[in-house]
Amino acid sequence: MSLSPYVPIIGMFALAAGFAVMSVAIAPFLGPRRFNKAKLAAYECGIEPSPEPIGGGRVPVKFYLTAMLFIVFDIEIIFLYPWAVSFDSLGLFGFVEMLLFIGTVFIAYAYVWRRGGLDWD
Amino acid sequence: MEDLSLPKIDYAAVAPMLILFGVACVGVLFEGVLPKAARRVTQLVLALLGLVAALSVIVWQSDTRVLTAGGAVAIDGPTLFLQGAIIVLGIMALLLIGDRAMEHGGAFVAQAAITVGSEADRKQAVKEQGATEVYPLTVFAIAGMLLFVAANDLLTMFVALEVFSLPLYLLCALARRRRLLSQEAALKYFLLGAYASAFFLFGVALVYGFAGGVEFGTIHDSVTESTQSTVLLYAGLAMIAIGLLFKAAAAPFHVWTPDVYQGAPTPITGLMAACTKVAAFGGLLRVLYVGFDGVAWDYTPILGVVAVLTMLIGAVLAVTQTDIKRLLAYSSIANAGYLLVGVLALSKDGLSSTMFYLVAYGFTVIAAFGVVTLVRDADGEATHLSRWAGLGRRSPLYAGIFTFILLAFAGIPLTSGFIAKFAVFGAALDSGEAWLVVFGVVTSMLLAFPYLRVVVMMWLSEPGESTPTVSIPGGLTAAALVIGVVATLVLGVAPAPLLDLTTSAADFVR
Repeated sequence: MSLSPYVPIIGMFALAAGFAVMSVAIAPFLGPRRFNKAKLAAYECGIEPSPEPIGGGRVPVKFYLTAMLFIVFDIEIIFLYPWAVSFDSLGLFGFVEMLLFIGTVFIAYAYVWRRGGLDWD
Repeated sequence: MEDLSLPKIDYAAVAPMLILFGVACVGVLFEGVLPKAARRVTQLVLALLGLVAALSVIVWQSDTRVLTAGGAVAIDGPTLFLQGAIIVLGIMALLLIGDRAMEHGGAFVAQAAITVGSEADRKQAVKEQGATEVYPLTVFAIAGMLLFVAANDLLTMFVALEVFSLPLYLLCALARRRRLLSQEAALKYFLLGAYASAFFLFGVALVYGFAGGVEFGTIHDSVTESTQSTVLLYAGLAMIAIGLLFKAAAAPFHVWTPDVYQGAPTPITGLMAACTKVAAFGGLLRVLYVGFDGVAWDYTPILGVVAVLTMLIGAVLAVTQTDIKRLLAYSSIANAGYLLVGVLALSKDGLSSTMFYLVAYGFTVIAAFGVVTLVRDADGEATHLSRWAGLGRRSPLYAGIFTFILLAFAGIPLTSGFIAKFAVFGAALDSGEAWLVVFGVVTSMLLAFPYLRVVVMMWLSEPGESTPTVSIPGGLTAAALVIGVVATLVLGVAPAPLLDLTTSAADFVR
């Protein structure tokens, strides 16, 4: 009997759906109910969502700067891993390209650093 | 693991782009390390030097006809011509951007993060120097445009589209005055631009599904040879065209144009009206002429309707405008329609006349926005048309220059506008697209009305209390105005050298 190559995918779908439904269904029966203040608060990191912060719910731009800088390095890491894995076959060309790439990322970092983007206050 | 075969890169051929990307990166670094007082001059000189160096390489490389970087970049006649055009127009726009004679601190906000209407905002408007990040951002945008017209596959084209769009979104938000309008313009441009980019990218995915590749050569081969269903091909091409026509400001994808042109700082509006237009049509030409020429019969009627719609909407709505920047925006939309007529000729003449039109229009439109930066009162630029009444009495020189520019837009003989329209309409007639030419001529006459209305207003009305004064332009703006006006005149009187150049450049490599 030959299985269609799609059968494992359908099995995966069924497993995923089953796991999701089961998790939600059995949580009320198995989970202990000990509420406290932190558990009832909205799940957020950074600033408190309520009561409404000063300035009509505006988020300080510092969060955005930090997030953007994180993404810059996040992207850098994404490219560094496959490059490191295939370093041998990429050779000198790949090395120089990666130096250029890290250099441009560093320019963005230097700009943020020198212009005070890393000072929280 | 076996060795990867690295793509061959013809560094001399891609040098203009490398130079500009390098200059932009150095510019960002300078923003970080230089003291505030030294930034503006350094950035301006650096950007101009970079553009001139890139232009020199293009002139030096003008006989190059190669596919390089693994077939991702095509350096051929149209690429080199359009890259040269973008750089020359970019230099003019940069001159407008760099001028600080008309307004203390220049046309740009000192700190984009200052809350609009706050005490700090009032202080920055009159006291502080404008942000100098504008220069590296402009160079990034121009470098992206160079890559956009050179891109030989759809993915490179998409990356280039983003590279030149993102700095433009940002630049739109940096006006020193009327900042809410400027920020609204930037947000509109960004959201609609992102939407159009998504269309483009989805179109690329569908075309990949059809052709099994994203290079224009591969697409061309599968369009002519493939026997499979063409649903993916047509759906993909339509979505790619939507993305490109959005950037080109063609109807019905033009709605952002008036708001963005009005809200953006005027030098940036000039940059968008000239350079973005060249880049968008450069990309469109390559997509239609190189990648999808096999289905030309199918897309010509549809794009023809788009062209007619663009010309009509641009011309009709220009009549009702009361703001000079909005009027020029609708005129820019109508001009996108005329350019589409040239594109749809789908011949060597169509290609060369479209390229000529792009250059001629670019020179004139930057000069036009240059004059707009001069007419001002205590609150900045006076863009409402009623304020321009009687300007001819106050300042005959600049009213005269603007009259000449408007006559060039209207396509009066002895201006570049006439030769350019004549060339695209001639190419379309030769290709049997007479219906497009009929609409082109009719809308040209229609469009002459708002131009002439401004001319009449400037010369035949008495200057009133509210007629603003015309500032004396700084050397940079004056230089840009002189280049624009002289080019408009020379291309109208002696267009032969540039026409010859466009004709000799009008060959794509595949």
